[in-house]
Amino acid sequence: MQDEPVSRREFLSRSGKAAGVAALACVGGWWLHEPERHPFARRTEAAVIRDLRVSGITPSLVVGTGSAPAAVTAAVLAGLGGMDQFISKGDTVVVKPNIGWDRRPEQAANTNPDVVAEVVRQCVAAGASKVYVTDITCNDPTRCYNRSGIAAAAREAGAEVLPPSEARLREVNVGGAMLGMQKVFDVYLEADKVINLPIAKHHSLTKVSLGMKNLYGILGGNRSRLHQDIHNSLADLGNFLRPTLVIVDAWRILLRNGPQGGSLDDVEERRSIVASVDQVAIDSYAGATYFGLTADDMPWLALAERYGLGTAAYETLPMKEVQA
Amino acid sequence: MTIDVDNPGRHAAEARRYRMLRWLRRISQGLFLALFVLLLLFTNIDALDAPDELPRISAPVVLFLEMDPLVAIGTVLSTHSLYRDLLLSLIIIVGTLFLGRFFCGWMCPMGTINHMIAALRGGRMKGRARLEANRYRPAQRWKYIVLVLFLAAAAMGSLQVGLLDPIALLTRSLALLLLPAWNVLTQDMYAWSMHTQSAVPDFIVTPVSWALHAVLIRAQVVLFENTGLVLLVFLGILAANRYVTRFWCRMLCPLGALLGVLSKTSILGLEKRPSLCSNCNRCALHCQGGDNPEPGMDWHQAECHLCMNCVASCPDAGIAFRFFPSRKESTQVVNLTRRTVLLSAGAGIAAVPLLRTSVHPDAPPNPALVRPPGSVPERDFLSRCIRCGECMNVCPNNALHPTLLQAGAEGIWSPMLIPRIGYCEPTCVLCSQVCPTGAIDEITEKEKGWVPQVDGGSTENPLRIGTAFYDHGRCLPWSMAKECIVCEEWCPTTPKAIYFESVEVTDREGNYLWLKRPHVDPALCVGCGACTYACPVKGEPAIYITAVGETRNTQNRILLEKTAGSKQGGG
Repeated sequence: MQDEPVSRREFLSRSGKAAGVAALACVGGWWLHEPERHPFARRTEAAVIRDLRVSGITPSLVVGTGSAPAAVTAAVLAGLGGMDQFISKGDTVVVKPNIGWDRRPEQAANTNPDVVAEVVRQCVAAGASKVYVTDITCNDPTRCYNRSGIAAAAREAGAEVLPPSEARLREVNVGGAMLGMQKVFDVYLEADKVINLPIAKHHSLTKVSLGMKNLYGILGGNRSRLHQDIHNSLADLGNFLRPTLVIVDAWRILLRNGPQGGSLDDVEERRSIVASVDQVAIDSYAGATYFGLTADDMPWLALAERYGLGTAAYETLPMKEVQA
Repeated sequence: MTIDVDNPGRHAAEARRYRMLRWLRRISQGLFLALFVLLLLFTNIDALDAPDELPRISAPVVLFLEMDPLVAIGTVLSTHSLYRDLLLSLIIIVGTLFLGRFFCGWMCPMGTINHMIAALRGGRMKGRARLEANRYRPAQRWKYIVLVLFLAAAAMGSLQVGLLDPIALLTRSLALLLLPAWNVLTQDMYAWSMHTQSAVPDFIVTPVSWALHAVLIRAQVVLFENTGLVLLVFLGILAANRYVTRFWCRMLCPLGALLGVLSKTSILGLEKRPSLCSNCNRCALHCQGGDNPEPGMDWHQAECHLCMNCVASCPDAGIAFRFFPSRKESTQVVNLTRRTVLLSAGAGIAAVPLLRTSVHPDAPPNPALVRPPGSVPERDFLSRCIRCGECMNVCPNNALHPTLLQAGAEGIWSPMLIPRIGYCEPTCVLCSQVCPTGAIDEITEKEKGWVPQVDGGSTENPLRIGTAFYDHGRCLPWSMAKECIVCEEWCPTTPKAIYFESVEVTDREGNYLWLKRPHVDPALCVGCGACTYACPVKGEPAIYITAVGETRNTQNRILLEKTAGSKQGGG
């Protein structure tokens, strides 16, 4: 027991210390209490729309055929008016092929590596400061990136090949009808331009996997739930990430056992590459041309139209055919 | 430094040579420990610059296990054959026959870790206490008993040496615990550095994030189930150094015991010269093996690690390592009576049928026990697997995990597939490549035969590991009127083992809708578990794998088949 009186000096200094620490705690608490405001936030609640389209370009469809995928890709890009229309000097560009499965190019489950390489070269030539090639794969990423031939081809063309990384997923509100908070690979949140580079292939649920289906690969986390309302999910993805350009690889298309395939009997050579800035029109065109589907067979097109992402009536767009 | 006064020149030169040898030993220990850890780190294929061809592990990642005489002799007893590169163990065996336990003092990574930890403690222990702790004690016989027990069990067909073999134990502990922990730490720091860029200036974040990226072991976090006991054993071994220097190496290590027995023929030994000795006890203070190096006591040759501490700290040249040493002082080899040996062997033999009363390897298999592709039939598997965990370490999908009791007490820590965490990658055969003992027989991608290859290769007779089944009550299209079939999307076979029928159903409100309801074709399913992995129903999945249909067990089948040749050479 202690009965000695507290001196005035001690009273002041101890009360002052307590008050100081309390004040710090209050300031710190206030600073931290709003998860969106504090500097280490990994979640943002407000809906994000990444509209990376270049304004002032009249949508058109360019279809190329020929004898080599890279040459046809170059011809198609020239037909659109050249890559400099889309890429400005110093841009950070993400080229997003489909690298989903551990398959060789001949098996037509992944985008053709020559097409990817040509697009990368054109981006570099147009002055892009950084070109990333990436996809969040289904199978083991090392195998997918290598067996598809895309890692080697893209790197040789001057791209940085980014493997999927759990640590680089950021949870954002993609602001869709079905999709809200989703884990998105952070490159898509920071890039200046995104080029969507799907392969045209069969898929049991959506009948065909094209541009908007390819955007699946920007998501991490538990994305298999998207199948429960696949059409709204695809439209939501297209709405969240509005790519600068969509190039559909129809060099080889997979007709059955998609989206992985495997047997060469399921593959058909069409030797075609299609490009457009209208992601709805190009899905509609590729579905109709290579898989005989109408817009009614592809319900995500109408939903995407409602978002104002483009038109499913691809016939209304100016169309150019090129040969290489 | 005190130098012998009678013959300063000769003794000074000898002391210098021993101090140099001690340094060589330290360098050797450091290099082998570094090599061991590096090889563990190289046991994956995360490098993206692998060429287009099939990923292979080119480094000799299981070198230490293949050089391990206990693994070699254990598997020879249990299988009557020496698998693949286990022949390398002859290097250590022959070396030990001539030199004694140089492996323990100069090479063993577990020994080095114990040595370092004991040195931290030993530095604090002083005088008599330290001397007493370093004396030979009868408990050092335990390890021979452990060895005899394990070898007797191995002769009965149950290979348990891996439970306590130091290389298997350390591989398992590092691969399943320490590397994942390091991985979690660096991943979290990297994620933090990638997402705080707005708050922290670039010139700080960029180098930090680059450095973290460089030391990340894997791009994905890899974690293992059932590792609690592995951790306890490992921590227990490390902690025991607190009481006795290198407690594990002296008292329990069965590999040390085996090498001790082999050192009986060693031509290198300690020569004691009591006439020169001033009884300073420095040799015993620094002894690692507890083998009584000081003159006037029995030297226990089988306990000596050849660490050179005794001779390097001797001020009088009272002891020396010599080839063909004179044996004026008494030297003991293995201090074990015939009765103890017979009793331990009897216990080891009796342990096998006792263990097999719980789960017998020929009994109907545990449906949850899905073994990696290439695994030999269960009885042979348990006579080969040393529980080193290399298959789990190399698995790119984190699909393989140690068992607890799924394979019976006899099979603790052997590998099993947990498809909810990771599925068996269809074109991957890495686990079969790294398995040092052939519990997982080495197979090629074509032999696995899950995916058609561009360069040919049949998928007609795949190496199956199990079969998938639906739990209709949890499946969205089967019981919740929802579209899904993610399982069908992920099914890797051609044609897909999962097919669907389109059915018209009514939902709760009475609306009609068409749904695709999935089914499994057991004739095509290989049991990879990709469906289970991808199933959006978290918790218990709506599709699961059991071992039925596995190629390695001709009794564990569903379908009536024409007798197909087993890929395990069965017939």
